[in-house]
Amino acid sequence: MTIGLGHYLSVAAILFTLGILGIFLNRKNVIIILMSIELILLAVNINLVAFSAFLGDIVGQVYALIVLTVAAAEAAIGLAILVAYFRNRGSIAVDDVNLMKG
Amino acid sequence: MKAALTLPALVPLLPEMVLGVGAMVLLLVGVYRGERAVRLIDGASIALLVVAGVIVLLLPEGKLVSFDGSFVVDGFARFLKTLAILGSAAAIAMSIDYAARERQQRFEYSVLIVLSTLGMLMLISAADLIALYLGLELMSLPLYVVAASHRSVLRSTEAGLKYFVLGALSSGMLLYGASLTYGFTGTVTFSGIARSAAQAGPGLIFGLVFLFVGFCFKVSAVPFHMWTPDVYEGAPTPVTAFFAAAPKVAGIAMFVRATVVAFPAITAQWQEIVVFVSIASMLLGAFAAIGQRNFKRLMAYSSIGHMGFALIGLAAGTPQGVQGVLLYMAIYLTMTLGVFAVILAMRRSTGMVESIDELAGLARTNPTMAFFLATLLFSMAGVPPLAGFFAKIYVFLAAIQAGLYALAVIGVLASVVGAYYYLAIIKIMYFDEPAEGFVPMPGELKVVLGVCGLFNILFFFYPGPLVGVASAAARSLF
Repeated sequence: MTIGLGHYLSVAAILFTLGILGIFLNRKNVIIILMSIELILLAVNINLVAFSAFLGDIVGQVYALIVLTVAAAEAAIGLAILVAYFRNRGSIAVDDVNLMKG
Repeated sequence: MKAALTLPALVPLLPEMVLGVGAMVLLLVGVYRGERAVRLIDGASIALLVVAGVIVLLLPEGKLVSFDGSFVVDGFARFLKTLAILGSAAAIAMSIDYAARERQQRFEYSVLIVLSTLGMLMLISAADLIALYLGLELMSLPLYVVAASHRSVLRSTEAGLKYFVLGALSSGMLLYGASLTYGFTGTVTFSGIARSAAQAGPGLIFGLVFLFVGFCFKVSAVPFHMWTPDVYEGAPTPVTAFFAAAPKVAGIAMFVRATVVAFPAITAQWQEIVVFVSIASMLLGAFAAIGQRNFKRLMAYSSIGHMGFALIGLAAGTPQGVQGVLLYMAIYLTMTLGVFAVILAMRRSTGMVESIDELAGLARTNPTMAFFLATLLFSMAGVPPLAGFFAKIYVFLAAIQAGLYALAVIGVLASVVGAYYYLAIIKIMYFDEPAEGFVPMPGELKVVLGVCGLFNILFFFYPGPLVGVASAAARSLF
């Protein structure tokens, strides 16, 4: 069996869905949400690199590198906010993020 | 291959470079001088924004393009960049007194707002998916930080955390949409996508839907609005004033440019989505705000509703519609900044108050403030002859010309329902027994409130210039 574009896209779609589910079904821990966000961004990167390879176009890979860079900055800011939150609340359980009703 | 070593044309990026370099310099000044430099850095940030705004207006006429077409300065970009810069500068000015009284003077605050404004300018000019993503993130990352900037206050950090999680989720969705759009059209530039969109097939529709999720989140349109009330309520009030103004302008700019420039070939598909989002936002904004007592939370629902009205113009998809969107954003900006100037002035000797019941009898304790707030609220409700009425009429007319009768009718009905809670506040101010008065309003808030209030009153007498500029700006996109 040759591995075609469809397979790559399917893997990416599965990872993306797992990332979304990880955010909405998880009631335990905000760190898991941060991990799910990374999973979503990595799914996007698989998509971009697969398309780039199959289109013979370098732009997708450039895009993937930029996404990686921004994802690092995003994770840094997310963890910093989480630390500030933990100092005030003493917990990072998702169920405790409820001071204002959503 | 193109010549790899030629420098791209940098003149179109001059305002962005001024803001970027200026923010770095201010950051260094802040690091060396510490908290003593807060006043200096606040002033310098406003000056920097004003300089960038002047440069935006002085750039050569016509359409300037740089970085192989991924950065565009046209009339549309000039108009919205000016609005975004005005909104940011006003937000910094409005934060000065608050920060001093709450002992929250941090030099990082203005630097972050300048950096966020830099992201907005890039976003407004972005003409490909990579530039759009970079501009969006540069705008959003400082926003997450300033939302949590009262780091010892639980509500502020919770607002920051919620905003971050949902914002990161939405940019992930937007990126997924961007990757599908790239894959099924083979290019990331808006003009290239427009060329190959017609024969791209259903994969592109998937990409479009995911892109729209990201756009709707950033402009807080239903069904991706759930973060707005919590973040508005939890964030420090000057930060909320900032969130409600400039980032909305940039978000709408991104929404309109990407939709109109990149997807004209599949208008029928995106029009349905925009019509739905617009109707849902208007209705939610009208009904959900009725029960709110917290003024900041009420403004959150109000802004959701206003975004619904602005999106009517996009749903029309015509130059008239885009002109309506531009006018709506300009007038929305003044209304919101004015109302937030009042919210920031709601301070007793014991501290800030946020409930609308605290405004009771304001007409007797501070008649000028009550008059201007009533004007702005009437304008938000769309009562003629104030500016808000014209904002609404331009988008409704565009919708009718485009044959979207149901949308226009629902819009009018939603604005009637929405008028209820604006009028309720006016009733509290003018007819309830007076509560204790507020402490005197700081000068910069007076200026913002006065300018915004007078703009809303006087727009009726002299609407020509703004309407003309908006019309030219809208045509530059088509």
